[in-house]
Amino acid sequence: MYAFDFEKPGSIADAVAALKDEDAQALGGGQTLIPTLKQRLAMPSKLVSLTGISEMQGVCKADDGAVCIGGATPHAVVAAEAAGDYPALAELAAHIGDPAVRNRGTIGGSLANNDPAACYPAAALGSGATIVTNAREIAADDYFQGMFTTALDEGEIVTEVRFPVPEKAAYMKFEQPASRFALVGVFVAKYADGVRVAVTGASESGVFRWSEAEAALSSNFSAGALDGLSVPADGMISDLHGSGAYRAHLVAVMTRRAVDAAG
Amino acid sequence: MPKDHGIGASPKRREDVRFLTGAGNYTDDINIYGQAYVHFLRSDVAHGKINSVDTSAAEGMPGVVRIFTGADFEGVGGLPCGWQVTDRHGEPMQEPAHPVLAQGKVRHVGDPIAAVVADTPEQARDAAEAIEVDIEELPAVVDMKAALQDGAPKVHDDLKNNLCYDWGFVEENKAAVEEAFGKAAHVTTLELVNNRLIANPMEPRVAVGDYSRATDESTLYTTSQNPHVIRLLMGAFVLGIPEHKLRVVAPDVGGGFGTKIFHYAEEAFCTFAARQLARPVKWTASRSEAFMSDAHGRDHVTKIELALDADNNFTALRTETYANMGAYLSTFAPSVPTWLHGTLMAGNYKTPLIYVNVKAVFTNTVPVDAYRGAGRPEATYQLERVIDKAARELGVDPVELRRQNFVTEFPYATPVAVEYDTGDYNATMDKLLEMIDREGFDARAEESKKRGKLRGLGVNCYIEACGIAPSNLVGQLGARAGLYESATVRVNATGSISVMTGSHSHGQGHETAFPQVIAEMLGIDESMVDIVHGDTANTPMGMGTYGSRSLAVGGSAMVRATEKIINKAKKIAAHLLEASEADIELKDGAFSVAGTDKSVAWGDVTLAAYVPHNYPLEEIEPGLEETAFYDPSNFTYPAGAYACEVELDPDTGRVTIERFAAADDFGNVVNPMIVTGQVHGGLAQGIGQALLEGAAYDENGQLLTGSYMDYAMPRAEDVPFFQVDHSCQTPCTHNPLGVKGCGEAGAIGSPPAVVNAVVDALQRAGKDVTHIDMPLSPSRVWAAMNG
Repeated sequence: MYAFDFEKPGSIADAVAALKDEDAQALGGGQTLIPTLKQRLAMPSKLVSLTGISEMQGVCKADDGAVCIGGATPHAVVAAEAAGDYPALAELAAHIGDPAVRNRGTIGGSLANNDPAACYPAAALGSGATIVTNAREIAADDYFQGMFTTALDEGEIVTEVRFPVPEKAAYMKFEQPASRFALVGVFVAKYADGVRVAVTGASESGVFRWSEAEAALSSNFSAGALDGLSVPADGMISDLHGSGAYRAHLVAVMTRRAVDAAG
Repeated sequence: MPKDHGIGASPKRREDVRFLTGAGNYTDDINIYGQAYVHFLRSDVAHGKINSVDTSAAEGMPGVVRIFTGADFEGVGGLPCGWQVTDRHGEPMQEPAHPVLAQGKVRHVGDPIAAVVADTPEQARDAAEAIEVDIEELPAVVDMKAALQDGAPKVHDDLKNNLCYDWGFVEENKAAVEEAFGKAAHVTTLELVNNRLIANPMEPRVAVGDYSRATDESTLYTTSQNPHVIRLLMGAFVLGIPEHKLRVVAPDVGGGFGTKIFHYAEEAFCTFAARQLARPVKWTASRSEAFMSDAHGRDHVTKIELALDADNNFTALRTETYANMGAYLSTFAPSVPTWLHGTLMAGNYKTPLIYVNVKAVFTNTVPVDAYRGAGRPEATYQLERVIDKAARELGVDPVELRRQNFVTEFPYATPVAVEYDTGDYNATMDKLLEMIDREGFDARAEESKKRGKLRGLGVNCYIEACGIAPSNLVGQLGARAGLYESATVRVNATGSISVMTGSHSHGQGHETAFPQVIAEMLGIDESMVDIVHGDTANTPMGMGTYGSRSLAVGGSAMVRATEKIINKAKKIAAHLLEASEADIELKDGAFSVAGTDKSVAWGDVTLAAYVPHNYPLEEIEPGLEETAFYDPSNFTYPAGAYACEVELDPDTGRVTIERFAAADDFGNVVNPMIVTGQVHGGLAQGIGQALLEGAAYDENGQLLTGSYMDYAMPRAEDVPFFQVDHSCQTPCTHNPLGVKGCGEAGAIGSPPAVVNAVVDALQRAGKDVTHIDMPLSPSRVWAAMNG
């Protein structure tokens, strides 16, 4: 990697200030950024670690019942601490990467990076979560804007993610054989006002909501309600690990399985 | 009752203590005072003409010691190829030059263009980025058949075309094979790909070159399976350094799998640069570099045809294979698709007529060479797949079809030039069937079906030729090296023993198993014996470890040297006991006079050898140290039968391996635990090939699988608890231990079992799928089911 300066502020305000430098880059758990640096594919002037900010750590429950996760909370903590209030979310976190990834990688880092095969974007979009930053609150529906693209502005930090807790939910991931990222991952969540279905891994546009499935499941929350529904292969990622048609097929399979698993 | 010491016992591996506690001494652990670091600037295009390499800006960068380019190697030899294949028409193969650093052209992504030596690795890399390279990109050839078409871009402009050789074996049988096909009652044809693999040893390659101006000696520390071979090739053919001025050390090596046999450019570079700069030079491959510079394996495209008579006897076999050589000839590349592949095409069967045609092709890809099994997995896979297909076409039991055609009488001379000394293929098949509960399969399949899953069972056999090899034979076949092995047994004054061997252990457990052999012969405790290997300065010239040869060939050399020790020790004992040498017996570590209670202990004899106060000096020399070189008279032929049971998810195409059983005949077994471990490792790699692994290039020659994000390695969860048996033992008849070798069997025998099982699952479910090319990834299986 190239040389860079390093700061580890203790507050959000200090982090925001530190990120004002030209080419400064926020560092969460570093599970994507550090390998990128090692390959010399990025050259930030300064890394600002967010892991020393205590107000961005941990899982708690808001007055309205939402599960709130600090932006710098590692996946392993979510897996352990959200298990009681939002088991589907905890389960998703418990199966991201491997133990090393789960103990370093953070929810804020994952959502800020918005890898098209990452798991957390499916949970956030599928739960209609609110992404809270140092500057504002962004609805998940407005936040994800395509592969590796989000509504975040330069220097904006994901400080917290608020997940409304559904009646039922489940995440089903079909792993890419090499990276074990999601080849297709589907998060299904049933709320009082309807069902949300979010798909990661599959689309060239990144995480997306499968609205036909949502409509069908909102009127009848059962795998059978999905009979005859499919997503088009156009616009699906096609690569060494699966064609667009295969991914489109898996979206339907994983959605059914998620509905079954949600019960 | 299992033995607790000596041959047949399973002591835990003594080397694991240091490996598992971080006390190993790997090449990257070696740091020499004042060392500089090299970073190789590698081509990012598959094929291109080098117009210029401008290092002027880079040379002024901080810490830069010197920058080398191809021009610096113009008076230096290229990397040699160790095997010359003669083609069907009696002509030698086309053999291109292989410069240490690219000259004129780059020929694959990863081809080294320049090397920056600097004070730190970071400075070397910084400077490499400042080198200005002007490369005119040329069209790349990636597909082998396209590479052979008229007008295809030439990988090497000075060769006639991209065909390395067109090999026919046995050429004289070609017409008879064709005639047999004309008379066949049934012919089964199968076209398949043996997927390109990247070995991925846990330890990447490392080289440290050192040079002493005081003695004019060069030393290379390197991650090699065969330090003497590297010394010979690099010293004699590349750098012109005689052996007495060149030492090659391969210390602890973290896995080889074939890819660390070969002599690589980076080794020659570090040795060369250390001499030029009179300063140690170190290179440690990144994992990304390993993907684009370690020799790859396999990569065959094959059409195989099997002819049967009306009684389902195999009457003839014909194969046509395109074998990828990559951009240059790696050290033993030409031998793999020919002599290590064609000679095994008879398999376990008495097919009387066989013709093998192999076209080796240059492409703009990383060189391809031996990988665990080397040629034999390619032979086994196609043969066992076509037999399975034939059984389905004929509606007969695949096990019975195999049994019917087994070789049952030994020795057996195949129509492909080798003679199997021993074997009992029905015995391993019987054992396999005992292990797998074939009768219970239907119930298990039914249970799978209830969960919406398909279940399949695949069975196959394999045979391999190990213990490579009789030097005079391989010399006739084009080997430019002998393939004996050596051992020096040094008995120390107090009776402890150091064994210097030319074999090299990079995970095989030699340090545990070899002392078991010596201890058994002498009747002493294994803890008195240590194995010394990996350093040309203190081991006799030996050819190293690959081809499952170390115990069969290296172990035999140890046996021969130990026999010499025993003969001499008996003479000393006879003197001490005032008896006739003919009456001396060695048992349980003591020499006794037959028929008497007179004896002298091992340690007394060894002490007498070094403190010869009471010693027959007029008859024999003092000391107790003997060397033997062993050159085998034949290959060894491990064989066995494997079975795989898979479950397949028809919704996703995902295959999981539920059961896997291996019944192997390795001849005599020295350490059953180590043998089991070797089989486990081989099975994991074979299953990796069958389900997960596959190196892929795009049409421009870019490596699509350049990291673990896209190259799928098997993990613990991908393999089941294996059932492994090696109780069927037909000892090898021509080496003193009766051993055959076990290192590669698992990787050779398992891929067809997996694919046979998946095809079985699909056919049982009524799917018209007769073949799927490896790796059987979920997407490929799903596509085949829905194609």
